Amino acid sequence: MLELRHRGSCPGPREAVSPPHREGEAAGGDHETESTSDKVSGAERGGRRALAGSWLEAGHLRARVGPVQRQETDIDDRYGDLDSRTDSDIPEIPPSSDRTPEILKKALSGLSSRWKNWWIRGILTLTMISLFFLIIYMGSFMLMLLVLGIQVKCFHEIITIGYRVYHSYDLPWFRTLSWYFLLCVNYFFYGETVADYFATFVQREEQLQFLIRYHRFISFALYLAGFCMFVLSLVKKHYRLQFYMFAWTHVTLLITVTQSHLVIQNLFEGMIWFLVPISSVICNDITAYLFGFFFGRTPLIKLSPKKTWEGFIGGFFSTVVFGFIAAYVLSKYQYFVCPVEYRSDVNSFVTECEPSELFQLQTYSLPPFLKAVLRQERVSLYPFQIHSIALSTFASLIGPFGGFFASGFKRAFKIKDFANTIPGHGGIMDRFDCQYLMATFVHVYITSFIRGPNPSKVLQQLLVLQPEQQLNIYKTLKTHLIEKGILQPTLKV
Amino acid sequence: MTELRQRVAHEPVAPPEDKSESEAKVDGETASDSESRAESAPLPVSADDTPEVLNRALSNLSSRWKNWWVRGILTLAMIAFFFIIIYLGPMVLMIIVMCVQIKCFHEIITIGYNVYHSYDLPWFRTLSWYFLLCVNYFFYGETVTDYFFTLVQREEPLRILSKYHRFISFTLYLIGFCMFVLSLVKKHYRLQFYMFGWTHVTLLIVVTQSHLVIHNLFEGMIWFIVPISCVICNDIMAYMFGFFFGRTPLIKLSPKKTWEGFIGGFFATVVFGLLLSYVMSGYRCFVCPVEYNNDTNSFTVDCEPSDLFRLQEYNIPGVIQSVIGWKTVRMYPFQIHSIALSTFASLIGPFGGFFASGFKRAFKIKDFANTIPGHGGIMDRFDCQYLMATFVNVYIASFIRGPNPSKLIQQFLTLRPDQQLHIFNTLRSHLIDKGMLTSTTEDE
Repeated sequence: MLELRHRGSCPGPREAVSPPHREGEAAGGDHETESTSDKVSGAERGGRRALAGSWLEAGHLRARVGPVQRQETDIDDRYGDLDSRTDSDIPEIPPSSDRTPEILKKALSGLSSRWKNWWIRGILTLTMISLFFLIIYMGSFMLMLLVLGIQVKCFHEIITIGYRVYHSYDLPWFRTLSWYFLLCVNYFFYGETVADYFATFVQREEQLQFLIRYHRFISFALYLAGFCMFVLSLVKKHYRLQFYMFAWTHVTLLITVTQSHLVIQNLFEGMIWFLVPISSVICNDITAYLFGFFFGRTPLIKLSPKKTWEGFIGGFFSTVVFGFIAAYVLSKYQYFVCPVEYRSDVNSFVTECEPSELFQLQTYSLPPFLKAVLRQERVSLYPFQIHSIALSTFASLIGPFGGFFASGFKRAFKIKDFANTIPGHGGIMDRFDCQYLMATFVHVYITSFIRGPNPSKVLQQLLVLQPEQQLNIYKTLKTHLIEKGILQPTLKV
Repeated sequence: MTELRQRVAHEPVAPPEDKSESEAKVDGETASDSESRAESAPLPVSADDTPEVLNRALSNLSSRWKNWWVRGILTLAMIAFFFIIIYLGPMVLMIIVMCVQIKCFHEIITIGYNVYHSYDLPWFRTLSWYFLLCVNYFFYGETVTDYFFTLVQREEPLRILSKYHRFISFTLYLIGFCMFVLSLVKKHYRLQFYMFGWTHVTLLIVVTQSHLVIHNLFEGMIWFIVPISCVICNDIMAYMFGFFFGRTPLIKLSPKKTWEGFIGGFFATVVFGLLLSYVMSGYRCFVCPVEYNNDTNSFTVDCEPSDLFRLQEYNIPGVIQSVIGWKTVRMYPFQIHSIALSTFASLIGPFGGFFASGFKRAFKIKDFANTIPGHGGIMDRFDCQYLMATFVNVYIASFIRGPNPSKLIQQFLTLRPDQQLHIFNTLRSHLIDKGMLTSTTEDE
């Protein structure tokens, strides 16, 4: 998320880095004195004292080692302490090297460092937006690939942070297992998607049929293999680290992979359901930044001291307006509005359909107070624009919480950026942290308010049933359809 | 999981001071149970819960046998309790599953607090329980909508709740998420993120499992009882075989387990599963899907048993014919499935136990809690069940039944008319292809 340039003074000086290793931890009482001898500022001690009571009484969690000569420091103990110390004791993670391309550096070498940074960010922002437009032009398949690429990169970034935090890069097997779990979960999700949307394609191929029918079982078996490998790979000195990395991997999978699949499901609903939410979040970022830059005065939240209330509220209103206009523009084109379908004859994705009522202009009578303002009796709008107000509101009010969560995470682990992939902006995850909640919201919104279940999925499940059950259902459906007048009763069969 | 008793004569109970030096060795060996009570545990263990009655009755025996008796008596008590609640019916079973889930969640979260000394973190206890509530609301809502369809349609507020169920659950979760972000306190960011992660992983493990168990239950009580009994049987059999014949250690994580126990337990469990399914397949109350009857407003288990639960003749392959001397055997098809279930319970189920052992070693705890005297916490007993419920659910979904027909009809009714027509026509042509429907024999 773009951080506002701070108008006030910098936050307090960072605490000095304390040595990462602590050999021979003594029992509870000693720990207390040892920590106070640390190079920490007095303010930190107050915070720690709040927890001191529980530390003292649970002090014997530390290995009750004599004041000694443990030959091999149990790594678990070393990092066990890492967990229970307050943030101030955690050493900073050294950031990766600066990746600004040489060209940019030369072109901007004349400017002062503050403006240089501003220009780099600006240029990269424009580059990313144009790349976005280009990929939209290239179509849904490219978009799917892009989403997959971003997901893999985000996963990689977060896992790498985990390695650096726990110094666990050399843990046996762990890198392999993390990527293996990523593969399993992706296989599971993509398999469900493929079965849904490529139903006709799948019916043709025999092997695919088999894979689809037993998809859940196969995915579960693959996951189990990974789980058993994890259990077998537990090594005596590294239990705790291994469990941490296991949990870290799973939470990361939960966050990045499920989100990216919800994004793809939204995409299949119609590209407009993919574009409008993402652009609303980006617009909110940029306009909140601009409003904060020009008018920002009251800080918003301690987690992100550069954010201000003026930016927040200004961003909210501009995003709603932007979403409204973007929805109006995009609703006209079938390319954006139609559900993406896979046509087996042309072997590609097509977006051609009769636009649903959501995307057909309708006239609404304005309520009286708006009438006076706009001096018009009626206005013609796409119903989708009303929905876009809901989407933009979420993007501006709740989306930032995803950003605060990521800021808190970065502060907790003392990292400045997730990675250094994009010069001036940080890692991919830095750009996508606010999108995090948006994709889930749009998906839930669509399933609750817009469409019912997916028809092809219903059909697919019908075809899997036993013939007697199918016959029963057929009869029930027929009665229902005739009742509703959808089917003519004169039908022979 | 019951740990095998060491066959090697164990050293006399070491005085607590020496324990400090050998602490490093504890990771490698597990002291036998009687020693564990005497020495100081790394984490403060709750007070001994053994009821006074038992204590007095067994006070004369040596401490080793006393422990053995306490465990034995509690095992029998738990099994008897299991039978009682089966007798009481599905509703009580559901409630018990929910209680077990809440207790397991509580145990694991308490361990997290102890590990991170984070008991005083602002808001955190509230948030953990709130997230538990949200996720349970989401899952129970989906279950209720599926199985109580008619009841839900009748009551107006329930209908609205079920129509917008996902949205409401998501909103509730979001509120918890935003509260978490707002509760981040400057000095404790890392702890708070750890507890957040810990809570979510626990929810993933405990709550999803318990809901899969309830899904299995609704499929038919036999799908609930046979897997759980197989896991329990495997525990006990592996212990017995290990006790009498155990010699070769199985895995470093749990040094008391032996290959002899593992393999003996496997065969014993398969046989047990076959016998148990034979006995249970005869009774309707176990075999029929649980349904909610609107008229009597209660659960009923009454149906025509499916093919799985009807005796069929199987030809015995030549190999076994010579051994047993029978040509054919009458079995329920379900017994074949029970072999698959027992095999999983004995071969893969223990990995859940190893995972829990590794977890306990990683965080230097002896037991998850001290709820059950002699056995530890609830989670200690259920760690092997962990994978079993998911396996049974996936097994049922893949091999036994397809999707739920009434649910399909329900989904169909929410589609648009043109979509309904399209599906209807496709189904019709499919049925005609299959020969189930012909143009002239259709009865109106």
